[in-house]
Amino acid sequence: MISIRNLKKTFFPDTPNEVRALRGIDLDIPDGCFTAVIGSNGSGKSTLLNAVAGTFFPDQGKVLIDGQDITGWPEHRRARLIGRVFQNPFAGTAADMTIAENIVMAMRRGCRRGLGLALRPSVRDAIADRIRSLNMGLEDRLGNPIGTLSGGQRQALTLLMATWLRPRLLLLDEHTAALDPKSAAQVAELTLDIIRREKLTALMVTHSMQQAVQLPDHIIMMHKGQIVRQFGGQEKARVRVPDLLSAFDQLRRREQLDETVADIIRSQYR
Amino acid sequence: MTLVIGAFTIGFILSLLSMGVWISFRIMRFCDITVDGSITLGASVAAVMLIHGGSPWPATLAATLAGGAAGFATGVLHTRFKIQQLLAGILVMTALYSVNLRVMGRSNVPLSDVENIATPVAKLLARGSGGADSLSLLGWPVPVQDAAMLITVLVLTALVALLIRFFLVTHLGTALRATGENPQMVRAQGVNNQSMLVFGLVCSNALIGMAGALLAQYQGFADVQMGIGMMVWGLASIIIGEALVARCTPGFALCGAIMGTILFRLLVAIALRWGLNPNDLKLVTAAFVFAALVLPDGLKYFARKRFKEGSHD
Repeated sequence: MISIRNLKKTFFPDTPNEVRALRGIDLDIPDGCFTAVIGSNGSGKSTLLNAVAGTFFPDQGKVLIDGQDITGWPEHRRARLIGRVFQNPFAGTAADMTIAENIVMAMRRGCRRGLGLALRPSVRDAIADRIRSLNMGLEDRLGNPIGTLSGGQRQALTLLMATWLRPRLLLLDEHTAALDPKSAAQVAELTLDIIRREKLTALMVTHSMQQAVQLPDHIIMMHKGQIVRQFGGQEKARVRVPDLLSAFDQLRRREQLDETVADIIRSQYR
Repeated sequence: MTLVIGAFTIGFILSLLSMGVWISFRIMRFCDITVDGSITLGASVAAVMLIHGGSPWPATLAATLAGGAAGFATGVLHTRFKIQQLLAGILVMTALYSVNLRVMGRSNVPLSDVENIATPVAKLLARGSGGADSLSLLGWPVPVQDAAMLITVLVLTALVALLIRFFLVTHLGTALRATGENPQMVRAQGVNNQSMLVFGLVCSNALIGMAGALLAQYQGFADVQMGIGMMVWGLASIIIGEALVARCTPGFALCGAIMGTILFRLLVAIALRWGLNPNDLKLVTAAFVFAALVLPDGLKYFARKRFKEGSHD
């Protein structure tokens, strides 16, 4: 169970560039629930994800995983509970190191790292076995630098790394957005596959309405740092891309109305 | 022959420096100029311990620890106090100048008539050769003292290189390498990248401190000025080494650093023999590092330009 309580964050407070990125988010993600966050640019969806990941500390509010308050934990400590895949396919792996070395890092996510040999033959075999399941032919290239792979392959490996040790929460930050359509579809399929098989709790930010409709169990729509709409259970099962788009349209229209009302008021006071 | 032996001995000693610079510059990707101060710190700590009757090995170990402490200072300045890499190094290097003067009590400590780490080997060699002052190597006479020093630093450098090589493929070493390359990824895997950086700088400067201790014992003195330009020398050696070995696995890179250092020392020895003014040495070295850093990109640029011009014809 992931609980987010009244989470608030303002960037550059008390300056002309002040951005109230999160304005009191309350959210519960039950165990095994795959939740997607959608929203326009600047709606605060990536900020929400980063707040959970610990990239920065919130001004107010709490983040709890299974009742444990992790709000004050630094990023690397949270990694014990949280697996992450980034938007940039190059961000989740170390390019000059080999595939096997990258994965062996993930096999100790959040554990003590001692002076034992990292890549014992048995470990190498285990890695090869697991990678064979990706059907990308990477199991024979374990000794190659991971930088020689394509973005899609690297993202698939990052996903594998994030879930190698079962995370209590998997964070996906638009992880297919920077890939070509074919790789994006492959990675999306792999994502769903892993989440369903391991019954993971996951939070995914996405720009793709298509993906938001197809993959998750639950959709959260964010706007200006707040959650404005949720689609869950039966409603989620029925929702289609046009429904989401029209929900966005409604938001936009409401905002335009606000603008004109503001204009009228302004003209009257002049 | 003396020239070659000297170049190899200094080469092996400075290989420790090069491996240290390799760790900070290539693995941690941290441009650390603490080097110029920490090598002198190592030399002065070892020298002072030796003239006060300390034995060579504990003195060398103390110098290594002192170097590590200098690296720790730079690392903490950078990670905890958010001071830029270069500035953190400059601050510690500048502070070390005074520290070194304090440690030595004056600007130069001569080390004549004290034991050094090669003394046991020298005694062994002397006994083996029946008490002769020099050995015959391929028909050339080599002073026992020089031969002993060469053997000692060769063994020591080889041991240290092996140790680093095996450390880098452990779980901790893997995390260390990843930290320099992708701190974001390392944090996501539950490693504190800042502690890792500090740890890397400690290792790096510890090696450099050890190099300083050996250098002082070989030269027979420690001098407060001896560190100037050492970081650039280390860089030059690494660059030569990388040209010598194409592959970039840790083991190869370490071998490259050692080979590069020795080749660099040989080149320096030859250049000095041919009449290069020793005062110009650092200028030439800096120019060499500049060329090595700029030329690969420059050549690519010209190649592309010519290719484009060619396609217009």
